Amino acid sequence: MASLLGRFCRKLVVPGSAHGARMVSTTSSCGSETVKSLNLYSAINQALHIALETDPRSYVFGEDVGFGGVFRCTTGLAERFGKNRVFNTPLCEQGIVGFGIGLAAMGNRAVVEIQFADYIYPAFDQIVNEAAKFRYRSGNQFNCGGLTIRAPYGAVGHGGHYHSQSPEAFFCHVPGIKVVIPRSPREAKGLLLSSIRDPNPVVFFEPKWLYRQAVEEVPEHDYMIPLSEAEVIREGNDITLVGWGAQLTVMEQACLDAEKEGISCELIDLKTLLPWDKETVEASVKKTGRLLISHEAPVTGGFGAEISATILERCFLKLEAPVSRVCGLDTPFPLVFEPFYMPTKNKILDAIKSTVNY
Amino acid sequence: MALSRLSSRSTTLLQPLATAAFPTSLRRRHISTDTTPITVETSLPFTTHLVEPPSRAVETSSEELLSFFRDMALMRRMEIAADSLYKAKLIRGFCHLYDGQEAVAIGMEAAITRRDAIITSYRDHCTFLGRGGGLFEAFSELMGRTTGCSKGKGGSMHFYKKDASFYGGHGIVGAQAPLGCGLAFAQKYSKEEAVTFTLYGDGAANQGQLFEALNIAALWDLPAVLVCENNHYGMGTAEWRSAKSPAYFKRGDYVPGLKVDGMDALAVKQACKFAKEYALKNGPIILEMDTYRYHGHSMSDPGSTYRTRDEISGVRQVRDPIDRVRKLIISHDIATEKELKDMEKEVRKDVDAAVAQAKESPIPKPSELFTNIYVKGFGSESFGADRKELRKCRHTKIISSLSTEQTQA
Repeated sequence: MASLLGRFCRKLVVPGSAHGARMVSTTSSCGSETVKSLNLYSAINQALHIALETDPRSYVFGEDVGFGGVFRCTTGLAERFGKNRVFNTPLCEQGIVGFGIGLAAMGNRAVVEIQFADYIYPAFDQIVNEAAKFRYRSGNQFNCGGLTIRAPYGAVGHGGHYHSQSPEAFFCHVPGIKVVIPRSPREAKGLLLSSIRDPNPVVFFEPKWLYRQAVEEVPEHDYMIPLSEAEVIREGNDITLVGWGAQLTVMEQACLDAEKEGISCELIDLKTLLPWDKETVEASVKKTGRLLISHEAPVTGGFGAEISATILERCFLKLEAPVSRVCGLDTPFPLVFEPFYMPTKNKILDAIKSTVNY
Repeated sequence: MALSRLSSRSTTLLQPLATAAFPTSLRRRHISTDTTPITVETSLPFTTHLVEPPSRAVETSSEELLSFFRDMALMRRMEIAADSLYKAKLIRGFCHLYDGQEAVAIGMEAAITRRDAIITSYRDHCTFLGRGGGLFEAFSELMGRTTGCSKGKGGSMHFYKKDASFYGGHGIVGAQAPLGCGLAFAQKYSKEEAVTFTLYGDGAANQGQLFEALNIAALWDLPAVLVCENNHYGMGTAEWRSAKSPAYFKRGDYVPGLKVDGMDALAVKQACKFAKEYALKNGPIILEMDTYRYHGHSMSDPGSTYRTRDEISGVRQVRDPIDRVRKLIISHDIATEKELKDMEKEVRKDVDAAVAQAKESPIPKPSELFTNIYVKGFGSESFGADRKELRKCRHTKIISSLSTEQTQA
């Protein structure tokens, strides 16, 4: 179930333009598996093809998914699996998710697409009050574990107020659902398959900036990456950095810059935000003594606050400096001010340096 | 597949224009600002639900027809200019164009006052213009400049004009429907003798909140006119693929409705006048405007993958709102074809001038990032680069490190 390639692959990061580096192909020493260079939306597309292929009672639906979706994640599905399994819904998020919960409650795998995470709020009641609590309140008679909600999230350079939001923190506050965010194409395919097959309802946020920007060698076969397992993607000794999704690319660049100044950074991809892998982060912070969390969502009440509080409880005496959070500002996601709002590489680098020099 | 069904459907979109009434006098006149009433029949009869239709004979005047022509030509030109600006990357983000639908904005304005409120979706540039908004403010806002109507902080989807009771400009589909009912309640409570026109599209018609809004409006007899601008495509989805009943004027069930030819500015005017009178006396009413957009949903949509080019050009040839008014003006001898063309040239100059002026306008100061989140006095805070000092940004103070970070990043 675990990805074998993860341990053996070196990932080369080539700094690209502005935000979001292009992640170039990984070299794999597992020569037996065929890999293909894919971008994020193609990797997700592959995962969906496999999910539908392996379980005849799985369905993909949402706005405009039939022709392939606005980000092409659902290309070819309707043609291959038919309009009874891959279909468009009207424009009604609350209805779509509620419908998905019902479908899942009948033992099916409902893969719901919300076109942009910014539009997920009409469905928030369904997710929080219906999906998350179904198993609990029915004494395990019923559940909607087959439900997976996919939504593109995050900044894209020009998305403005309603095409750039990172709402993960709202969902991390709801026991009963899982929240998963992949950082790259290979991760996305494995994590999405795990999410779809996980017997709990999962909200899966896809970093839309990386749909085309990130290209990676993705194995063609059916594989899953375990949920609730964080990954140390870069080892270091001076400070631990924790992030998820597209932000990791920015953090990785900051780590490279910090290394030039003699600071050794350990970078962790959380992957699953709820329930999150506290042990991995704890072990890392006990080693380095410093923690920095970075996410695009506004800092107040962001998921970084939860990580900070938990690590403080577990590692208080080992901490050399306050936990640092380099996040979006406490404003609505702006239109023209996006470059100021974003937690950029330089903001992270500044924070790394001052945390280390505390 | 879908397209074959489209071609048979598209014939229903290409309703032929009724022949305009012939003028009683053949005397040649210069461009007339005559206000003597002219009566014109609407192109199509009104279709009704639970209400008697207004008369098909619409009273208008030379002055009004000319203003219709000029204003619609202005709107059309503005949208085309926005298209070029977007392609030149001077407008970023999202841009949803209204060309083809001008008659709805214009006809509505002719029937109401600036005390009546209008609230609409993100396809709001022309509605803003109709409410008295200026070209310069519009282009500035599109390009994110401080001189924009929302100070450059809203962008294409968030045009507002308080002094004209224009409540914008909403990005989330259908979210403006319950808001509009709230506006109507306030108007009724204050006995303003004004109504609220809440505009939404055929895509939004399937949102649950629309039905919540309808129920509330009907329950409390609110002076709300809910206007469905049915351009037949919710982004890329044709109405018959997303709605069990695409007869949007009937979907209010207990709320009466009227279906209007949205490409006929005079029909729109008549319907809106009727609706306002109705709403003030009885409560909510739905107007379904049968209209069409030439552009795709937004600038990232070519608009031709879910409908044929023949359909688009067909509507343009047979139902274009500006051409309709042009024909009326010419046949009534209000102005000559050349005079109208000159008017269009002037409009083009105005638009170009506004664009040029807007291009020179400044972008908002970085401190504007923090203004108007809350009322003055509350702000955002973040750590400075040294992380030892917590910097609070009140509404006027600038965090100096932010501006340097911007240039470095």
